[in-house]
Amino acid sequence: MSDEKHHISSYLSHIMVLMGLIVLTVITVLITSVEMGPYNTAAAMLIASIKGAIVLLYFMHLRFDNKIYGVMVAIVIAIFAAVIVVTFFDYLYR
Amino acid sequence: METITTPHHADAHRDDTAAKLGMWLFIFTEILLFGGLFIVYSVYRFKNPVAFELAHHELSITMGLINTIILLVSSATVAISISAMQKNDKKMTMLMLGITLLLALVFLVNKYFEWGGKFEHGMYPGSELMKNLSNGDMLFFSLYFFMTGLHAVHIIVGMILLAITLVKVKTGAVNTGKYALLENSGLYWHLVDLIWIFLFPLFYLIH
Repeated sequence: MSDEKHHISSYLSHIMVLMGLIVLTVITVLITSVEMGPYNTAAAMLIASIKGAIVLLYFMHLRFDNKIYGVMVAIVIAIFAAVIVVTFFDYLYR
Repeated sequence: METITTPHHADAHRDDTAAKLGMWLFIFTEILLFGGLFIVYSVYRFKNPVAFELAHHELSITMGLINTIILLVSSATVAISISAMQKNDKKMTMLMLGITLLLALVFLVNKYFEWGGKFEHGMYPGSELMKNLSNGDMLFFSLYFFMTGLHAVHIIVGMILLAITLVKVKTGAVNTGKYALLENSGLYWHLVDLIWIFLFPLFYLIH
């Protein structure tokens, strides 16, 4: 670690990321009152995933850190997604 | 005791990259723990869509929104505290950690009133009211209490970690040249935020 170059995020960039997250949160709340049928849940999950990605990339530093952390996170998310797909194949076509 | 024949290393071995890797591995177990619960939730909601939609009206969106914003701000303050540490600004690091702890406490107080309101109406795990609910309602509230409760436990653990870090920053044990503990506690705190980002729409914003 001492040999690696450190990316130091500015305070302002953290504040900007925070503002983005809050705006997305407000959008999710507002979108709930719009009638979109089954797409309401999809929209809520999509926005939550975008917020999650922002937290992982900027607050948890995956964008600037050693690539290995990001690769590992991607693998875990892929495994989790696979389990969701398999579970719902089971429940939908049982 | 170390053997006396190896005096050439004065300081203890330290590997920050490995420490961080270990923290991430632990975070993965947490993601899969909550991930499993999210799958349980999805399946039950898929099987009881109407009950879940009606039951969620018992939860206050305003309360959920306030707590979401509190956690997002606290995540930002932890991120700023790490930047401050890298810039060797000890005062700012401590200030930001202090604000984070305060926000975490406010989150728990909100949660206390939220749960307390439910308890007053006789709604708590194992209560007569809950036993007499329909299957779908019972599943919704059981999952609500279990998942937000487990999340609150994580908030408390995160607060303990951040408090220890704050003390170590104050004493100088955690400093600009050695701040793996701050980074790893920060990662844990962001995880707590990350989980809440998904809990909020799933329990408070069902359409």
